[in-house]
Amino acid sequence: MATTPILELKGVSKRFGAVQALSNVHFATRPGEVMALVGDNGAGKSTLIKGIAGIYPFDGGETYFDGQRVIIHGPGEAGALGIEIVYQDLALADNLDVVANMFLGRERVKSFWRLDESSMEQSCLQTLSSLSVTSIKSVRQQVAGLSGGQRQAIAVAKAVMWNSRLVILDEPTAALGVAQTRQVLDLVKRLAGNGLAVVIISHNLHDIFEVADRIAVLRLGQKVAEFAAASTTQQEVVHAITAGALDSVPGM
Amino acid sequence: MASQITAETSPVEPVQETLGEYFNNWFKRVRGGDLGSLPIIVGVILIALIFGMLEPLFFSARNFVNLLLQMAGITTIAIGVVFVLLIAEIDLSVGFVSGVGGVVMTLLLRESATDWHWYTAIGAGLLTTAVIGLIHGIIITKAGVPSFVVTLAGLLAWSGVVLILTTVLSTAGTITIQDTTVLGIANAYLPEVWGWLLFVVVIGGVIVSQVVRQQTLRRQGLAVKPVSVLALQSVALALVTGGTVWYANTDRGVPVVAVIVLILLAFWSFVAFRTRFGRYVYAVGGNPEAARRAGINVDRIRIQVFMISSFMAGVGGVILASRLRSVDTNTGGGNLLLNAIAAAVIGGTSLFGGSGSVMSAFLGALIIASVENGMGLLGLPSGVKFVVNGLVLLVAVLIDAFSRRSRESSGLR
Repeated sequence: MATTPILELKGVSKRFGAVQALSNVHFATRPGEVMALVGDNGAGKSTLIKGIAGIYPFDGGETYFDGQRVIIHGPGEAGALGIEIVYQDLALADNLDVVANMFLGRERVKSFWRLDESSMEQSCLQTLSSLSVTSIKSVRQQVAGLSGGQRQAIAVAKAVMWNSRLVILDEPTAALGVAQTRQVLDLVKRLAGNGLAVVIISHNLHDIFEVADRIAVLRLGQKVAEFAAASTTQQEVVHAITAGALDSVPGM
Repeated sequence: MASQITAETSPVEPVQETLGEYFNNWFKRVRGGDLGSLPIIVGVILIALIFGMLEPLFFSARNFVNLLLQMAGITTIAIGVVFVLLIAEIDLSVGFVSGVGGVVMTLLLRESATDWHWYTAIGAGLLTTAVIGLIHGIIITKAGVPSFVVTLAGLLAWSGVVLILTTVLSTAGTITIQDTTVLGIANAYLPEVWGWLLFVVVIGGVIVSQVVRQQTLRRQGLAVKPVSVLALQSVALALVTGGTVWYANTDRGVPVVAVIVLILLAFWSFVAFRTRFGRYVYAVGGNPEAARRAGINVDRIRIQVFMISSFMAGVGGVILASRLRSVDTNTGGGNLLLNAIAAAVIGGTSLFGGSGSVMSAFLGALIIASVENGMGLLGLPSGVKFVVNGLVLLVAVLIDAFSRRSRESSGLR
């Protein structure tokens, strides 16, 4: 596992009006490593990843990608760096098939403005097989007919198709059953095995302890703890989530 | 990122169906509620049988050609309506916008005034309607006003414009068209040989494109349709097209307007299914938020769709003006709007967006025009005609609703 972080945030903050959503957060993630981001509701997890994905620019602090200082102004720039985010609602178009969804916005075109369907279908099959996604019988079926786990798998495959270096997953197993959760967690491990840096937000500590290498805990906008999964316990993490020591108490 | 994967290790294998399996899968889908075009085909057969029994003239070659002529205007406008329905919007102005297109062209053709050539007059009419669509689209996207309201305002405003333009010359309001080319659009017929040439071009084009497509898929190791299925579909298409040409030739011949509409259907089907723009239209209709996050300019797509709707309404207006050989104060009014929308919906395009095809405009127009035609032959009073039209639309929507529900419960949705 490489030790130089692919993404490093130093002292970032974000304020929305009177609310300090993030303050002085240090965060680093490395290729091949699964970093879990945990915290109660309102802790700032969504704000942090939206800042990384370029949806809200951070107010303060510095962002480093591959060791270089960067300022990410929008989702396009984040995508160009190789940062991909899979939202909780998956952002899939139910009426389109798997291939169309995976290439949405980035279709390949032949002469005379024609979509290069066969080449896209092939790439789609290759990506799914490289992630060992075996449960999808045909990539030409509508996404609406797939199960929650399959849809999640497609959303993740869509994110990693584009030479991404860092993939952020927002609550990937929240709405899934046992077998489907298994599929998604295996997928997460495979992503890391393929050399990507993975950040996963989850409320499910059991899932986290299964896939994560490191666990960062946010509380009230501050990072109160960071653990190596192998050397901590669920109890310790829960304690940090609910009562981790804050540097500054909000409102004072 | 992705390691070297060869076809042999791919766990997602393309499914190779035999003819028997293909029909089995098709039958299973129908049982599960995915009816496709089946209701339309059954409907057309039923309509033909019912009206044919009540009035044998329905089956005459003369009536058949009449039917082709009667379908042309509605089909054309319905193509534009399909695009609007695909993005889950509505355009209530298509009737009178088609009127504006026809009226502008007619005014510019008149010898006593501007005396333009047919191509500049038609061009000006279509440009006007395209700009109307642009205006609708900009108001809807930038002001955030629902398309229902904006196009309803359009319906009223453009009906007024038609009234103003047609009474500019005389209070009677009827302006006739003298230009032979424009009149030929909806009143001329292909000579017999040209009709068969058309048949060859259509069948040849379809077969060649299918063969090329299957070759490409096969070469890349992807799933192909069984050859026997393709052969059957080609034979069916040849029979239908050939039968149409032969039967029309026993009367006045294949109408020129049928060729025009065929070209429009083919072109817009291509746009909808094979271009990036078409893909984005379906995406915006299916999940606008997903489209936005994928980097698609949703507002731009919506504006372009409303422009298509008004432009095709304009084309329909040119065709209808040519057919009636004139325009008057009520051009674009009457049942035109409802027929165009009903055609798109009956043909299979969903009112809720994301689902449908350009061909549905043709299929729905076929149903509406044949019902109207049949009722006309039977001499039924207008009131009865309206009731029947309403029932046909209701039945079509109910079939769609039932099939959607059974699709959901059988997991195909």
